[in-house]
Amino acid sequence: MTTHLRDEQGPFFGEFGGRFMPESLIAALDEISVAYDEAKNDPAFAAELTELHKTYTGRPSILTEVPRFAAHAGGARLILKREDLNHTGSHKINNVLGQALLAKRLGKTRLIAETGAGQHGVATATAAALMGMSCVVYMGEVDTERQALNVARMRLLGAEVVPVTTGTRTLKDALNEAFRDWVANVGDTHYVLGTVAGPHPFPVMVRDFHKIIGEEARQQVLDLTGALPDAVVACVGGGSNAIGIFHAFLDDPDVALVGYEAAGDGVETLRHAATITMGRPGVLHGSRSMMLQDADGQTLDSHSISAGLDYPGVGPEHAWLASIGRAQYVPVTDSEAMSAFRLLCQTEGIIPAIESAHALAGALALGQQLGPDSVILLNLSGRGDKDVETAARYFGVLDEAALVATELEASALEPGDLASEALSDELRAGSDEAAELASGRGVQL
Amino acid sequence: MSETAAAASRTASPVGTRIASANEQRAGALIGYLPVGFPTLQSSIDAAVALVENGVDILELGLPYSDPVMDGPVIQRATQTALENGFRLRDAFTAVEAIRSRVDAPTLLMTYWNPVVQYGVDRFADDLVSAGGAGLITPDLTVDSGADWLAASDRTGLDRVFLAAPTSTDERLKVVVDNSRGFVYVVSTMGVTGARSDVDASARTLVDRLRAAGSTSACVGIGISTGDQVREVLEYSDGAIVGSALVRALGEDGVAGAARVAAGLAAGTAR
Repeated sequence: MTTHLRDEQGPFFGEFGGRFMPESLIAALDEISVAYDEAKNDPAFAAELTELHKTYTGRPSILTEVPRFAAHAGGARLILKREDLNHTGSHKINNVLGQALLAKRLGKTRLIAETGAGQHGVATATAAALMGMSCVVYMGEVDTERQALNVARMRLLGAEVVPVTTGTRTLKDALNEAFRDWVANVGDTHYVLGTVAGPHPFPVMVRDFHKIIGEEARQQVLDLTGALPDAVVACVGGGSNAIGIFHAFLDDPDVALVGYEAAGDGVETLRHAATITMGRPGVLHGSRSMMLQDADGQTLDSHSISAGLDYPGVGPEHAWLASIGRAQYVPVTDSEAMSAFRLLCQTEGIIPAIESAHALAGALALGQQLGPDSVILLNLSGRGDKDVETAARYFGVLDEAALVATELEASALEPGDLASEALSDELRAGSDEAAELASGRGVQL
Repeated sequence: MSETAAAASRTASPVGTRIASANEQRAGALIGYLPVGFPTLQSSIDAAVALVENGVDILELGLPYSDPVMDGPVIQRATQTALENGFRLRDAFTAVEAIRSRVDAPTLLMTYWNPVVQYGVDRFADDLVSAGGAGLITPDLTVDSGADWLAASDRTGLDRVFLAAPTSTDERLKVVVDNSRGFVYVVSTMGVTGARSDVDASARTLVDRLRAAGSTSACVGIGISTGDQVREVLEYSDGAIVGSALVRALGEDGVAGAARVAAGLAAGTAR
C-alpha cells in the first residue's frame, strides 16, 4: 500500500508530536479536536472560510517572479508566493480566521494569542475585531520593544497587549503565559496558537489552515512554467509558513523542500535559533519535537534579529520531515538574511519581513547550487513594514535627526537624506556576499 | 483494571500509607511544596526539614524548570532564582538524600516532563530510589502520554501522582485513579498555582467524583494558604497541598518564616 506523507493527521508524526499538557487543558484540547473534525467535514465551514479568504484576506495570493533578484542566485528562476500581500501583512491570517471561526462554533467569546514579531498577534486582534470577540495578546517584553509598531497596531484593533516579563521575555515565554491564561479561562476563551507547534491538535489544525498556500502555489507554478518547481523554500521558526507551502508538495519526490532556520550570530555561537540544525529531541509546549536545550532539559535562550524566528522549538511535523529526510533545514545568519533583505528591496521593490529574508538568503545560495535552469518557489511569508526601523538602524539609514525633526515639525524628508548612494555601493558588495554564501553552504539534492 | 493499574494497587506506597495514618490520627495529611535550590540548595534542604518538624507529613520538592506553565508568579520567581543560581537536576537527588537522612517524611519530586526525558526516565527513577525518594508528581504528563513513566514506576515501585481537574471527564478520572499511586492531585480550581482567598467549591465536587471513581487518597492543591483552608479542605479530602504560601514565606523570612507558616497550616489538620 502506498503511504502518502500528506495523510498524516497526528497526534504523532513518527516519534514527534503528542500531547504533553496539564490535565486541566485536556478537556479543552479534546473539545477542539472534536469541533475541528466536525468543521473539517462541514461544507458550510469550508464555504465560510473560503468566502472570508476571498473577500477579506485577499486570496488567492499572487505569484511574483523576481528576475533581478534571481540574477544574484546563479540565474535560477525564483518565484515568490506573495503571502506578504494578505490582509494584516503575513500568512498568519490564514490560520487565525480558521481558528476564530472554530472558536465561534464553540461559543467562545474571547481570543488569546502569543506573538513574537507581532504578526500573529495582529492577525488575531484583527479576527477578534471582525467577529466581535475580545482579545488579549501575550508578547515577550523584548519583542514589544523591537516590534513597537505591531504593538500599536494590536491596540488600535482593540486588543490588550500584555508584555511578558518572565523567563527570557521572548516568544517561548509568551506561549507559557498564554497557556496560563487559558488554564484559568478555558470556559469562554479559545487560545489561537500561532504556529504548528503545541499539543495535538494544534500542529495538524494550524497546518491544515495554512496548506492553502502550497495548494494554490502548486497550481500557479504549473500554470506559469508547465512543471513543478525544483525546490520549495521557506523560513522556519515554529514552522507555520513553511509547512503551509511544503504540504502540497510532500508527495512530489522530485521537489526538494528546504527550510531556513535563524542562525543569529552563527550556529557555532550560542546566539542562534537553529532548532533542527543544533537541537535534540525533547518536550516543549505540549509536544515532542526538536528543541534547543541544555543537558538537564532546560530550554536554552534563542537569538535572532527576527522576532518571529526567535523560538527554541519547532513544529513536530518539521522534526519528522527532517528525520525521514523529506525536507532539509539549513541555517541562515542575521547578516546573510539582512543582505538578502536589502537586495530584494533594491532589485524588486519589495520590502520583505526579516523572517522571510532568511528564506531569500537561502534561495540565493540554493540557486547557485541548482543552476540557471532551475525553478525555486519561495514563500514570502510577510512584509517588512514592521521591520523598517530595525532594518534602517541595521543599515545605518535611519536619519534620527530628520526623524525627530519630522515629528516636531511634521515636515517631509528630503530624498537625499536617506544616503541612497552609499546604500547602492553596499549593494554591489552584497552580490559578492551572496556568491560567498553559496559556496560555503549547500543543500544535498 | 489495566495491568499497570493492578500493579499499582498491589505495591505498598509510602505516601499512601502516610496519608492513611494521618487520616486515622488527625483530620488528614498536610503536603508541603518547596522548590529545590531556592534560595540556595542548602537553604532549601533546611527549609524542607523545618516543614516536617512543624507538622508537614509529606514533602513535594519542585524541580526548577525553564518553562513552568502550571505555576503562578511566586513559584515562577523562586524557580527562576534557583536556575539563575545554577540549579542542576542532580541537586534534586542530593536534596532528597539529605532531607531523608534528617527527617522521616515521604518525599516526592514535582517535575515537568522534559528534564526527566533528558536525564533518562529509567535512570531518573533509579537515582530517585537510591536517594530515598518516594515518587513523582507530573504536572504536564497525563496517563495517556506517560507509558515510559508507568513502566519505570512499576519496575521500581515509585509512587506516581497524576492530576485530576474540574474539567476532567468521568472516564479520565477513572484512568487517573486507576493509575495513580500515593494519591491523586486534585486541582482545586481552573488556574495556576498561587494563594487564593477562597478554595474553589469545585474541589469538593471533584473529590466526590473521584470517590465515585474509586479513589481512597485524594489530596487538594492550588490556592490553599492558611490553616483554616487546610481544615476546610480536609473535611472532604485526604490531604491538603500548600506551595506558594510556603515559598513566599521562605523567600521573605527565611527558614524560620517557612517553619512558622507550616506550623500554622498544620494546626488545620487537628481533628
